[in-house]
Amino acid sequence: MTSRRDFLVTAGNLAGGLVLASAAGAARATPAAMQEAIRKVVGSAQIRRGRVKLEVAPLIDNGNVVPLAVAVESPMTPADHVKAIHVFAEKNPLPNVLSIYLGARAGRARVVTRIRLADTQTVTAIAELSDGSFWTETADVVVTLSACLEEVV
Amino acid sequence: MARAVVKLPSTIRRGEVIEIRTLVQHTMETGFRRTQFGEVIPRNIVRSFVCAYNGEEVFRAELHPAIAANPLLTFTTMAIDSGTITFTWTGDNGFSVTESATIVVV
Repeated sequence: MTSRRDFLVTAGNLAGGLVLASAAGAARATPAAMQEAIRKVVGSAQIRRGRVKLEVAPLIDNGNVVPLAVAVESPMTPADHVKAIHVFAEKNPLPNVLSIYLGARAGRARVVTRIRLADTQTVTAIAELSDGSFWTETADVVVTLSACLEEVV
Repeated sequence: MARAVVKLPSTIRRGEVIEIRTLVQHTMETGFRRTQFGEVIPRNIVRSFVCAYNGEEVFRAELHPAIAANPLLTFTTMAIDSGTITFTWTGDNGFSVTESATIVVV
């Protein structure tokens, strides 16, 4: 048996929750937006899984500073090297995170940086090789404190 | 003037792959945050980073608002010859910082 009071409280909470959820949703990219951003970089080429190693902790306390390393298996010779590495995040306000361009002179295909993550989400790294092939790897990251959303006092 | 820090190994042999660590002082304001009065704080980020070894570009990065404040980039390059390596960061509001390091290959 639900009293009138209980009913009103529950209804109010639900409505409030919906408003909050939609307000938060407005500032988010969606996985679809990420796919679009990836297509812009990759074009119609096929993306295969493997060769890329994405080093990021599975649990992040502070989304404002997330250490991230991307390494790609490659001999890095003039004939066979990594041309570019792109990083995408599906639930940040913008899907693009970082794009780097390198060549055979890099010796190794590895980059380390620190990124921001707005929410618990999947991070994707895509490597473009000199033969025109694309390779990818994803990592699931749980974020306790989100970046981007706090107010400045 | 923003501070930039670049770190290279102290002794480098020819043909060795060296790791270069770079850091530049910058708030990387995303353009998505608001003040307590609800005004959007305009975006102010470092857009690009270029590393040139004796004038030849060896590494380039495009940065987006999802890069943390004080952008750190660590990458590698092959030590081919002695000379200078220049690092250039450019960004919004005319931000531009250039740092150079001397490399001695033995």
